[in-house]
Amino acid sequence: MKRIETVFAALKARGRKALIPYITAGDPHPDHTVGLMHALVAGGADIIELGVPFSDPMADGPTIQLACERALVHGTSLWQVVDMVAEFRRSDARTPVVLMGYLNPIEARGLEAFAAYAQKAGVDGVLIVDVSVEEAPEIAPRLRAHGLDCIFLLAPTSSAARIGAIAHEASGYLYYVSLKGVTGAATLDVASVAAKLDQIRAQTALPVAVGFGIRDAASAAQVARIADGVVVGSALVAQIQKHQNEPQKLPDLLTRQLGEMRAAIDFATSPVMTR
Amino acid sequence: MIYENLPDARGHFGLYGGRFVAETLMLPLQQLEQAYNALKNDAAFRAELDRDLALYVGRPSPLYPAERLTRKWGGAQVFLKREDLNHTGAHKINNTVGQALLAKHLGKTRIIAETGAGQHGVASATIAARLGLKCVVYMGAEDVQRQSPNVYRMKLLGAEVVPVHSGTKTLKDAMNEALRDWVTNVDDTFYVIGTVAGPHPYPMLVRDFNSVVGREVVTQSQEMLGCQPDALVACVGGGSNAIGLFYPFIGNDAVKMYGVEAGGDGIETGRHAAPLSAGHPGVLHGNRTYIMADANGQISATHSISAGLDYPGVGPEHAWLKDIGRVTYVSVTDDEALAAFHELTRVEGIIPALEPAHALAYAKKLAPQMQREQILVVNLSGRGDKDIFTIAKREGTELM
Ligand SMILES: Cc1ncc(COP(=O)(O)O)c(C=O)c1O
Repeated sequence: MKRIETVFAALKARGRKALIPYITAGDPHPDHTVGLMHALVAGGADIIELGVPFSDPMADGPTIQLACERALVHGTSLWQVVDMVAEFRRSDARTPVVLMGYLNPIEARGLEAFAAYAQKAGVDGVLIVDVSVEEAPEIAPRLRAHGLDCIFLLAPTSSAARIGAIAHEASGYLYYVSLKGVTGAATLDVASVAAKLDQIRAQTALPVAVGFGIRDAASAAQVARIADGVVVGSALVAQIQKHQNEPQKLPDLLTRQLGEMRAAIDFATSPVMTR
Repeated sequence: MIYENLPDARGHFGLYGGRFVAETLMLPLQQLEQAYNALKNDAAFRAELDRDLALYVGRPSPLYPAERLTRKWGGAQVFLKREDLNHTGAHKINNTVGQALLAKHLGKTRIIAETGAGQHGVASATIAARLGLKCVVYMGAEDVQRQSPNVYRMKLLGAEVVPVHSGTKTLKDAMNEALRDWVTNVDDTFYVIGTVAGPHPYPMLVRDFNSVVGREVVTQSQEMLGCQPDALVACVGGGSNAIGLFYPFIGNDAVKMYGVEAGGDGIETGRHAAPLSAGHPGVLHGNRTYIMADANGQISATHSISAGLDYPGVGPEHAWLKDIGRVTYVSVTDDEALAAFHELTRVEGIIPALEPAHALAYAKKLAPQMQREQILVVNLSGRGDKDIFTIAKREGTELM
């Protein structure tokens, strides 16, 4: 079984929800990324989404835009990001890593070459924000051929027909964008997310993670009650931004910040609480 | 040769175009496509659009025989399609009038736009004022500095101008920010894209709204000359004025077409904005096309004296027309464009914008290679009032 599938199956067996942190690779400096990934695991990460920096991140809010800029100042390239995963894998064979980014840096290196290189490094999945399901037939099969799961976004604006088509193309899990907006936006409407998740689950057995707008332990707990996984990005990246000049402090800070969310999620979804 | 009717149902022009956007935008793009397909053949919509183009924009624009220029250059007879005489001074208004009508029919109350030089921003603010729509224009912080008169114009028209500080602080970043706004406000907001770029259906609908330029040239040439032109020349930033002129002629292989990109300091210096001449295929702003990017796929900073051409991508239909060889894409440098700016100003008494000055600079090379009975049409896409400060500064002239 593939790593992502294994993780969700194990969590399900224990009645737990996945905690999926996002950080941008190369932020604040490429030398720190692998250490921060281990720190996220120490804080309770089940899966890591590792952002591939892009000069034009059109679906991201200011926090992740700035993270991309910090990473690109140091020339963080796609190949370096994959190398970071290979290094991470030397001491963590278990935690799945999903690369999240935009199509152009991948195509610039060649889709096939990237897929082969990523597979060898131990990358588990790829989420290409700007590849719609309509454009996926030329792209997703070539990633899958190298054992990579293709994660797709679903949105509040996704129709039933689109949900079906996307679920058909996806593997690993689906990523439901909780709101109309960019990453880091503030508003989270749990009731409407729950309603949409029902609609999604009616069409697919894939696990559904929810992201965008989850900033602290409380919002993570709320979402954990209704989703299979909770994605938290901008809140962690904001922490990195705040302490970019004292990066030695970052591993502990991220472990603690994520640890609080882990505890809140586990508490909110423990058998006593959900009974 | 028979040319396919493109884009196809998925918005592709051969390998190019398409819809490379995050899922949230797919529904509004589909809705826009459906609304446009329904309205474009609707007699009442067409009548409303034609009326606006005639009475508000001032169409048709003249096809002007530039006789002194023709004599000076030697060779082909040079005609200028006078888009500079449109309301707001450029071809951009052809598109904003059309898109604003779409916005109205879709019941949207707020329009947003990106702008580089400010021409599209002004055209959007103008039509928003007329239709009573709220208007927000995103503009790179660099461009806000460079183009302050247009910023003031937009504000006078009631638009909010938002400076964009991310990335290179220019047009491409303004477009990113407009897309982010749209994702956040899809329910009440219509995104008026200013060129034939972006995700499907924008390259198609912006082309269609600007094709009035080429259709008029077909009619005017027949009436004035009894024949069709031998060659067309237009500058290419995103490519809307060029495709507007070219589109009605694509099926007529006797008509040669030249798209002129911004060569900046020279292609060999790397400081330019000429993706068709010196870039390669990639994905930017929702479509696959020729772009300027480094080996890692990061989008490059561009350079041109003309803010309206300072863009690292180009409309996907141009990418296709390049690959099939139907249009020849060339570039001219900042200095050549500047010389052409002065030449037209002095020889014909017409101050062109720096963007079409690029087209003129190439026409000057092309005309002498053509026969005297041949017809060369240059799209004079806008007037140069907005550029006089840039030019004075570059040439060391103190104003006031
Ligand atoms: C007068 C004029 N011509 C041309 C352009 C370039 O745009 P496009 O290539 O879409 O015509 C601009 C853009 O601002 C412009 O203002």
